[in-house]
Amino acid sequence: MIAFDNVAYSYGGGELLSEISLRLAPGSFHFLTGPSGAGKSTFLKLCYAELLPTAGRVTLFDREVRSLTRDDIALSRRRIGVVHQDCQFLDHLPLAANVSLPLTVAGRSSEAQDLTDLLGWVGLGQLASALPPQLSGGERQRAALARAIIMGPDVILADEPTGNLDWEMSLRLLTLLVELNRMGKTVLIATHDLNLIRQAKSQIAARVLRISKRRIQLAGADL
Amino acid sequence: MSRLSLFRRDGQSDRVVPPSGHTAWLTSFTAGAMAFLAVFALALSLAAGRLADRWSDALERTATIRLAAPEDQKDVQTKAVLDILATTTGVASARALSDEEQRALLEPWFGPDLPLDALPLPRLIEITEGDPGYDGEGLRQRLAAEAPGAVLDDHTRWRRPLAVAASRLRLLGLLSIALIGTATAAMITLAASAALAANAQVIKVLRLVGARDSYIARAFVRRFTLRALGGAAIGTVLGMIGIALLPSTDTAGGFLTGLGFEGMGWLWPLTLPPLAAVVAFLATRAAAFRKLRELT
Repeated sequence: MIAFDNVAYSYGGGELLSEISLRLAPGSFHFLTGPSGAGKSTFLKLCYAELLPTAGRVTLFDREVRSLTRDDIALSRRRIGVVHQDCQFLDHLPLAANVSLPLTVAGRSSEAQDLTDLLGWVGLGQLASALPPQLSGGERQRAALARAIIMGPDVILADEPTGNLDWEMSLRLLTLLVELNRMGKTVLIATHDLNLIRQAKSQIAARVLRISKRRIQLAGADL
Repeated sequence: MSRLSLFRRDGQSDRVVPPSGHTAWLTSFTAGAMAFLAVFALALSLAAGRLADRWSDALERTATIRLAAPEDQKDVQTKAVLDILATTTGVASARALSDEEQRALLEPWFGPDLPLDALPLPRLIEITEGDPGYDGEGLRQRLAAEAPGAVLDDHTRWRRPLAVAASRLRLLGLLSIALIGTATAAMITLAASAALAANAQVIKVLRLVGARDSYIARAFVRRFTLRALGGAAIGTVLGMIGIALLPSTDTAGGFLTGLGFEGMGWLWPLTLPPLAAVVAFLATRAAAFRKLRELT
């Protein structure tokens, strides 16, 4: 689905990631952890071709990212749902329109009932007509998750999705991601919240990857 | 993105990009002002063309023979010249101007009481050229042999600079339209780039959720094209009203009062709004795709 083959990424003369070889298998659940600035966000951006590797190969749905045109990248992103910590929306559009934005840009219409169900599933059923600036941090994260999954993507990438949330809201979001994984979605969450990882491992067979000294390694039992 | 898709109603594509604020009226105003100026440049160009045609028509098929001879030989040489002209192939008609006609020609410079008899004026013979025309050099040689005081003036030395001036004026008009078009494109490119830069965050979100460049560009291109079309339509109408309100040639005479459109010429300015829309389409499209590559 997404594969890294001896990938490196450098910028400003310094190497941030090096010798990364990894394969995200369909239906897998991964956590990516490491200290701030270790390259977690960069790794995720490589996963959805926001960045291109400076060495090695990243393969996205069996195609090497360097061979993809801008249109190809756009089409690939319709199969990847991304949730950022500072999730961004179109502030002039109501929540429902923001959540259904991936369908809109793909030229597909959303069934009103499906959209209502989705908003209800993430607990935002009453806020469909609210504008993004009116939402709290937790509501924005759940809205971002709803937007990320509305196209029925194969992969969900979340970058510090609980960074701005309290523990209760973090668990709620984790529960949603676990449910999605049980539906067959591949999930990769970048986080430095070890409690969240422990909580997830109690519910699901998740692999934990750690970025250390520019490389990714499988984390051990110390978590 | 085809031009047809541009005009296809796509409310969603329009809505995902927020209103562009000052760039909206800037684009409309620029297109309107430029169209207004283009109407006058077009009128200048068309008027220069008409003037060139008029001068050409009036002078091209006529020539004058100026006969300077002693008074006692003037009639004899005039008859000789007319005889030569009567037998010259390509001369449709020829006649000597009467004293009254010559007096009328000189009146603007010397006044109405010109003592024509007291002045050593040459006799003027007007020639109307046939089709095909006469051999000017051959006629000059015959005149030199049989009427030594006769000089053929085929108006070339007058006509050529006038025709050159008129054609240059027409060229200037067309050049002005081209410059106006280029300036419009530059202004709209700047406005579109500013709008795209101001919406960098929106574009980033759209790219993140899988929007193609053509989808994002369409919202901007459609918006700017329609604004340019609307602004140019208003500018064109105002320009045409301005031209229509100019004094008519019949009233005042002169070149400037002939600066207008005649007959089907009134249709030409109507091409300006679509032209502005095409310029805006191409300028915005190029700016949009360039900016999208920069931003994401």
